Amino acid sequence: MQRFADLLDRLILTPSRNGKLRLMEDYFRAVPDPERGWAVAAITRDLDIRSVKPAMLREMTAERVDAELFALSYDYVGDLGETISLIWPGKRGANYQVSLTEVVETLNAMSRTEARGTVATWLDALDPTARWALIKLITGGLRIGVGARLVKQALANFGGKPIQDIEELWHGLAPPYTALFQWLEGKADKPENAMKAPFRPVMLAHAIEEADKPRIDLSENAFEWKWDGIRVQAVAEGGQTRLYSRTGDDISNAFPDLVESMEFDAAIDGELLVYDPAEPPFAVRPFNDLQQRLNRKTVTKAMLADYPAFIRAYDLLWHDGQDLRGLPFEERRALLERFIDTEKPARFDLSPTVSVKSWEHLAELRANPPLDAIEGLMLKKRSSVYVPGRPRGEWWKWKRQPFLIDAVLMYAQRGHGKRSSYYSDYTFGCWRQDENGTDELVPVGKAYHGFTDEELKRIDRYVRNNTIDRFGPVRSVRASKEEGLVLEIAFEGLARSKRHKSGVSMRFPRISRLRWDKPAADADRLETLEAMIPD
Amino acid sequence: MIRPDQLLCPSPAGLYCPPGDFYIDPVRPVDRAVITHGHADHARAGHGTVLATPETLAIMAVRYGEEFTARRQSLGYGETTTINGVEVSFAPAGHVLGSAQAITTWKGMTIVCTGDYKRREDPTCPPFEPIPCHVFISEATFGLPVFVHPDTRGEIAKLLGSVQHNPDRAHLVGAYALGKAQRIITLLRLMGYDQPIYIHGALQRLCDLYEEHGVDLGELRPATIDAKDGPDGKKGGKQDFAGQVIIAPPSAIQDKWARRFPDPLPAFASGWMRVRQRARQRGVELPLIISDHADWTELTDTITEVNPEELWVTHGREEALVRWASLKGLKARPLSLVGYEDENE
Repeated sequence: MQRFADLLDRLILTPSRNGKLRLMEDYFRAVPDPERGWAVAAITRDLDIRSVKPAMLREMTAERVDAELFALSYDYVGDLGETISLIWPGKRGANYQVSLTEVVETLNAMSRTEARGTVATWLDALDPTARWALIKLITGGLRIGVGARLVKQALANFGGKPIQDIEELWHGLAPPYTALFQWLEGKADKPENAMKAPFRPVMLAHAIEEADKPRIDLSENAFEWKWDGIRVQAVAEGGQTRLYSRTGDDISNAFPDLVESMEFDAAIDGELLVYDPAEPPFAVRPFNDLQQRLNRKTVTKAMLADYPAFIRAYDLLWHDGQDLRGLPFEERRALLERFIDTEKPARFDLSPTVSVKSWEHLAELRANPPLDAIEGLMLKKRSSVYVPGRPRGEWWKWKRQPFLIDAVLMYAQRGHGKRSSYYSDYTFGCWRQDENGTDELVPVGKAYHGFTDEELKRIDRYVRNNTIDRFGPVRSVRASKEEGLVLEIAFEGLARSKRHKSGVSMRFPRISRLRWDKPAADADRLETLEAMIPD
Repeated sequence: MIRPDQLLCPSPAGLYCPPGDFYIDPVRPVDRAVITHGHADHARAGHGTVLATPETLAIMAVRYGEEFTARRQSLGYGETTTINGVEVSFAPAGHVLGSAQAITTWKGMTIVCTGDYKRREDPTCPPFEPIPCHVFISEATFGLPVFVHPDTRGEIAKLLGSVQHNPDRAHLVGAYALGKAQRIITLLRLMGYDQPIYIHGALQRLCDLYEEHGVDLGELRPATIDAKDGPDGKKGGKQDFAGQVIIAPPSAIQDKWARRFPDPLPAFASGWMRVRQRARQRGVELPLIISDHADWTELTDTITEVNPEELWVTHGREEALVRWASLKGLKARPLSLVGYEDENE
């Protein structure tokens, strides 16, 4: 337990991605099977462990600690698990250090009452950090700021394999992943993914930069709209159906409406979108509607009715037992068209191709797409085979110009890790009239990238020299008609929001330019933003 | 016998002694002050007469200038003086250099005021000495049962281990300028770290003072990039600080000052680091749970050992310690004095 606890403790306090990867790689090197596999499962939330309710831990603590002293302590620490880990009176002479493996293996074989006594014995002998890790583990809330994707990257680094290999295998593996580790250490062959309907790592596109244009021969390419949803892979095989995100997370549970309609044997690459139930299929709704259905474990009937999901198909990777990824795009596309035409899957349609004559024509289409739900164009070389990752020169994306507004810097917050000595997170606002008819700034968004290191230094200096108030790590800066720093903000879209004072929320806001030259009074008004919201 | 509050009682300016007409650690200027130790919330400038240990008087002179008080009265550990009929003496508190418990006796009543204290290893000052008394006035900075600090040398070992594992990163250790910084340095030395240790400018004069009082800090160098002697003996460059230990006031380790170092690793030596979320909020990557205040175990063990007739609790989490005492059947009350700060905050 101690090694696992130390890992969690370090992960929580290490801000940098590379630092976290290194910690996990070191752990995989130092810790044998099956423990390291259980640790992986705990962090990726794939661990099936009999959970112990926080209320039960609280009761157990109450038997050992005065209620008033506990209440005062909990009040101070703020986190129940951490309070218990610190206040639990260790037992002198209790020295049996339970291992992570034993926790996983024994807890699942026990009744609730047995578990209570056993957990108490474990807590008696552990130090506060290990107690904290144990409590987090068995109450099922690690929350250490490490996602499944980062763990897979650490595994890939550890074994010197591409992350796509791990993603491809992932859903065929079960904790404690012994076969995976054996392969990563070169002691065994790559484990076969025997699971039906596996994930196939996705192929991605490069963004077109001005310098790329001369190297792209438009006549070699096919064109499609770039739809503003989320990229998914829908796989059905022998009755097994799965919907994967582009990183291979299984998101089937959130989209039962879609998954039920998958009565075929195929793997389809496409865009997950939400359509308007009042219109004939499939009138695409803006991204904000899709957002209502993301990151949910379960969905209500009302959600299914109001925000029905479908997939706009881009590619066919596998069909009736045949891997099609080695075929050129042109041939896959023909097979996809035939597939949609003959199978007519209820919640699928075909991403239409677009005919493009020239760069000028392409630029015009990009500037004036026919629908709000289109965020640009895709260029796919007709000869391209489907390979995972982002191969150079095969697929391109040309996103529409971002929206731009001028806003005034209102608050600045200290960054994290490398940027912790800089004020690098900015809240900015636009003008609106308050109830007395005078203009006031209302926050419309927050951005923490888009500027160079040099620009960061200048903004940081500006913030320090223009602070009017402080709240912990946040500074309020001068922002009035006469004084204030204007930031040009680029963003991808705008939606109505009840949670924000301004009533709007921005997608991917970032700072595109610093307008040291522009008077704060000339920054945009909230009405300008409201006019940008799609209906 | 008299009531204890006839000898000492809380007042807006601090703990007051009516028969002796003096205050202990007053928070505003008074005619006559008894000062337990040199931390700014206990030792303030501008009193008429200051009675303190010679070390504390020296610390105050360094921090506030020689004019910090109109008159100084020096009293060593174990010596006794009389102020308007009240006997006053000092016993070591083990908190920082010169720190003392103030012992007041009048008409057979003895009250010990601990100031701040701890019971753990500290090579920079003599250890706390339990004094029998009627009333024991204890601090309660870490007066909650969640505060049980781990072994101090284990925490220093964590720092040394991190330096070894991260030779490319400058280790910035936030430590209070008086006491904590010098304690960390001496503990590093005791555990075999013989490299030069770099210090922030704000620590220089206090480190010099400790040296003058016989505390050996080993080789210290200013943590400035353009210092004449960098770690390689030449003019210091940014990269020369990689893998080095740099000690600075807590506020500096996350501020502009820290930018001069290569990939700084922020560490913070404080009892508050026991609470993970506090470390995280401050952006501390390496929390070192090292305190100059007694933790819960030290507080309760000390009170049990001194075994007073009555316990008064001041600055910190008073309620919990009073609750603990009442569960033990010991008469206790919170003093609710204002003006004292939590360690390092």
